[in-house]
Amino acid sequence: MPVKFEVNGKPVSVDVEPRLTLADCLRHHLRLTGTHVGCEHGVCGACTVLVDGDAVRSCLMLAVQAEGAKVVTVEGLSNDDDLTPLQKSFRKHHALQCGFCTPGFITTAHALLTEEPDCDADRVREVLSGNICRCTGYIAIVEAVLDARSAYKKTTP
Amino acid sequence: MKNTFIGASIERREDLRFLRGRGIYVDDLTVPGLLYAVILRSSVAHGRLKSVDTSAALKIPGVHAVITAKDMNFTDYPAGVPIVPMRLQPLPEFKPFEQPVIAYDKVRYVGEPIAVVLASSVAVGEDALEHIAVEIEDLPPVATWRAAQKNESILFEPTGTNRSLMFEARKGDADTAFRDAPYTRRENLRTGRHYGLTMEPRGVMAEWDAAKNKLTVSGAAKVPFFNRRILAKQIGLAESDIEMIENDVGGGYGARGEFYPEDFLIPFAAKHINRPVKWIEDRRENLMAMNHARETEADLEIACNRDGTIIGVRGDVHTDMGAYMRTNGAVGARNAPQFMTGPYRVPHHKVDSHLWMTNKTPVGTYRGPGRFEGCFYMERLLDMVAADLGIDRVEMRRRNLISKAEHPYKLATAQPTNAHDQTDSGDYHATLDLCLKEFGWSEKSKLGGKLVGGKYHGVGVACFIEGGAAGPKESARLEINRDSTITVFMGTSSVGQGVETIYAQIAADALEVPIERIRHVYHGSTNTVSDGYGAYHSRSVVMGGSAVLVATEKFMATLRQAAGKRLGCAESSVTLDVDKVVAGGFSLPLGEFAGLTAESAFLNHKHTYSYGSHATHITVDAKLGHIEILDYLVVQDVGRAINPLTLRGQVIGSLVQGLGGAVLEDLKYDEQAQFLTGTLADYLLPLASDFPNLRCIVTDDHPSPINPLGAKGAGEGGIVAAGGCMANAVANALQSFGVQPRALPLSPTYIWELVQAGQQKAAE
Amino acid sequence: MKMPPFEYACPTSLSEAVKLLASHDGEAKALAGGQSLLPMMAFRVAQPTLLVDLRKLSGLGEIKISADGVRLGALVRWRDIEDDDRLDAAHPLLKAAIAHVAHYQIRNRGTVGGSIAHADPAAEMPGIAVACDAEIAVMGKAGARIIKAADFFLGALTTALQPDEIITEVRLPAWPASRRSGFQEFARRRGDFAMAGAALFYDLDKSGKASNAHVGVIGVGDRPRRLKPVEAVLNGSAIDEATIAKAAAAASAAVEPQEDIHASAAYRRSLTGTMVERALKSAAG
Repeated sequence: MPVKFEVNGKPVSVDVEPRLTLADCLRHHLRLTGTHVGCEHGVCGACTVLVDGDAVRSCLMLAVQAEGAKVVTVEGLSNDDDLTPLQKSFRKHHALQCGFCTPGFITTAHALLTEEPDCDADRVREVLSGNICRCTGYIAIVEAVLDARSAYKKTTP
Repeated sequence: MKNTFIGASIERREDLRFLRGRGIYVDDLTVPGLLYAVILRSSVAHGRLKSVDTSAALKIPGVHAVITAKDMNFTDYPAGVPIVPMRLQPLPEFKPFEQPVIAYDKVRYVGEPIAVVLASSVAVGEDALEHIAVEIEDLPPVATWRAAQKNESILFEPTGTNRSLMFEARKGDADTAFRDAPYTRRENLRTGRHYGLTMEPRGVMAEWDAAKNKLTVSGAAKVPFFNRRILAKQIGLAESDIEMIENDVGGGYGARGEFYPEDFLIPFAAKHINRPVKWIEDRRENLMAMNHARETEADLEIACNRDGTIIGVRGDVHTDMGAYMRTNGAVGARNAPQFMTGPYRVPHHKVDSHLWMTNKTPVGTYRGPGRFEGCFYMERLLDMVAADLGIDRVEMRRRNLISKAEHPYKLATAQPTNAHDQTDSGDYHATLDLCLKEFGWSEKSKLGGKLVGGKYHGVGVACFIEGGAAGPKESARLEINRDSTITVFMGTSSVGQGVETIYAQIAADALEVPIERIRHVYHGSTNTVSDGYGAYHSRSVVMGGSAVLVATEKFMATLRQAAGKRLGCAESSVTLDVDKVVAGGFSLPLGEFAGLTAESAFLNHKHTYSYGSHATHITVDAKLGHIEILDYLVVQDVGRAINPLTLRGQVIGSLVQGLGGAVLEDLKYDEQAQFLTGTLADYLLPLASDFPNLRCIVTDDHPSPINPLGAKGAGEGGIVAAGGCMANAVANALQSFGVQPRALPLSPTYIWELVQAGQQKAAE
Repeated sequence: MKMPPFEYACPTSLSEAVKLLASHDGEAKALAGGQSLLPMMAFRVAQPTLLVDLRKLSGLGEIKISADGVRLGALVRWRDIEDDDRLDAAHPLLKAAIAHVAHYQIRNRGTVGGSIAHADPAAEMPGIAVACDAEIAVMGKAGARIIKAADFFLGALTTALQPDEIITEVRLPAWPASRRSGFQEFARRRGDFAMAGAALFYDLDKSGKASNAHVGVIGVGDRPRRLKPVEAVLNGSAIDEATIAKAAAAASAAVEPQEDIHASAAYRRSLTGTMVERALKSAAG
């Protein structure tokens, strides 16, 4: 069935089976392969994208449910010129190794820091407990997210 | 210019693509005409495969073919079905236990491939699975090594036994030494079943070009050159007809990249149907198809003098091997008995290691294979002995650590492979002392056993050595590009460790050029160098890095020769200056020599041994059986740190995997050998909230004498001692109950049961 | 792990949704946040032939607080409960329990109605509904009806909901300001289903004795349930250490826990007592 929504600021329209997940739609129909699929049962968080600003697991959402929504993927949080402050912080702290879970951490951390730029380490750990990383042991990821908070704080006019 | 990239915390070049979602993993690939493979796996643990009826499945729109054993008729193999050979320890004894690429007469574990559906989409392929009728005559399942030992139900009937082999780890004369020993203690110790779960499940994409007689296989990892040799033999092609392509790889940990049945099935399918075929493992499959590891039970005895010095160890280790001997499946079962003595001086050593075949997913290596298990045995024994003899735990270790002057220290030899080994260098006492000092042992240990705020405090310590740098060789090649940059080609693979950055550091230092001049580092595909050995046994930095060094020497010699001739100068006067070749007042852009290339290999038959100590401070909520880590410190000496930033990532990352095995992870089966942990809600991986208080200190005070870098493999130090250290801390915390953990994982139920038993004993 | 094929409908009215659910011989399923249903479909454990997406139904996403109590629309998400500061006073027990539900991303989509309909024995929301004597309002082709929480959960993943019925609201009775409550659960990791948990409250009479005690447990047995013997221990007693110890022992004795790969039955029995003990201590705090 036909579905229209917005991905990374651009309108898209796809014709999909109802059973197609948003994750597979993004990856295989829209060729946005930065969103990774690690479990397909809503545990690992690698497929996290933003839907209308909320971090959600795109393997636990049907593409047809995205009708009319604004979806942002890791590609939408990146640019060609330079790494974003969050990405720079991940690189500085070596908060990634194989990189497979990384897009899910970037989208989740971005949602968290956008809403709660003052979050503390416990809150970061609580929120990131929905994303599994097998390489880093998380210490560097938490450091990277905490270190990136300043970039999300609203500058006072 | 004199560079110091080696030793600097250089940010990784790989990150630029990974952080932006631009890494290309195997499932990100697509080609026109692609078909999707879905694998029907046995739901029966042990049975005779009577028939597979695919006719109904073939009628489903979108299903192009269903492949079974009947489609294979390879004359090199008795049943026509190729067998996956052992890569390491390829002993004739193991031959009868090797795995066919698809079940043809028996199924031997839940998850064994029976049929391959080729369909227009994965979803359609999965729909078709329900329409394949499989008839299996049930046989009694063998669910544990103890059941295997009875030999009542035999997995491979012609062999007459469920024991594929017994390794013998030997040193000195243990039986005599035990006879005269003033003190002995015997213990039964167990480790859980874990695996090197990678966040990216496995995947293979195969393209067959019949016109060019060329098979291209994407999704390679770890050991692509070796896997090409296996595939070429199985499928009847020349090695040069096959190209293995390594894409970005979402984790390895020893498990990913070995040759699995799918590594034959998917290329075969592509050739069979003459269309490109892709298979991406789903997580449920991954849990039951990727190599399992670690499930052992050890019955061990230690003999000591009254002052705590170890006289010897002896006993038996039983490993639950699962249903087949896979490529590297014997490594853990050999390492556990051979290396259980770790950094300790043990003159007499006699441990037999029994490899039992059971109806479970076959076993392979997982980071620190056998070493995690062996360290757990040894460290538990040391704490119990120290208590028996009234010796402080730390002093017990100091008295037994191999001293600086004793290197190279001979470890036990494993038979029948005649595997000799010895340490290389180091000051084991110094890392222990540093660890205790930085950890604050003298203060924290005073809390041991105390009940504070409803929780019992405990501290634990454990020491380890980590073997690395498996030979026999590794290759590197450098080539000049037209833009005057240099590309490095490697025979090793990337599984996420950051080798592109590290090899660039080593090459830039050796060539004395800015690191940006090393434009690309290519690795892992069979088109990079003439031969490669891959990424395992913490070998990438030592073997690959040393190969880069020797290749840069050959590269400079070749360049000097070419430039000397071109400029009419003495070869010895030629130097490389960023992007120019300079000699005798002349200079040429390096790009003038585009295409100049030099390949060389580093040969080595010895192992490096990085080493160190773990210390942890935990609390235990005895009513919940819950452990919280308040502080955990790993100190590891790595000979020479190439990149401290990524090294810390290796230590902390492997530590958390070790803590997963110590506290959370366990692959479970019921008594019918049905698999019970088929989701990530059942197989519990550590989360960001589980272990927040971890530290590491990496030193490089004692370079390895066996390679030009002085580096030692360092990917496993965090994991090896984690089980022993945590169990020791639990014993310390719960000493008032007389608790001695003898098994991993330290799950809430297990700890609670130990406390209950302790309370009951006290009441009696 | 691709889902089996199904039809999909996204009605705009409740009556239309009910009609759709009734149209597929009991093989249709309502889809709210999908955080429990879609994983079951990914494993092909659930194979509905029609999914009726409730997201366009208006009025089901509100949290209404009045003198009668708290009404949670079926499409209220965990996130909405977490963010609603009014609930700190209006229903502190609900707030405390929901803090344990799953993870950040799930909380952005998982719903009250979805969790109630899914009926996992270890889930927090069904536990709160049972502990608090909630009423579950449903709409079906026979019209609207109210089902008491105690009658709603029939077993693991089994409820009194008819195939054509949709949960519209969960009604929690009013919460007096002076009420004491506690919630405790223990899971292997953060966000996992609890091996056992306790949700309880009581009121204090003028003499400082407990009355109207409600003690619910999750994760032990096939459904959330109230432990009447524990409530009997509490009612009429001061909540002191002796009473708490008695209540904990009564809780352990009152449950028939199951064994699974994460916990033995004996462990769960003990844990249930510990959870009740700790919940009472935090309530008395």
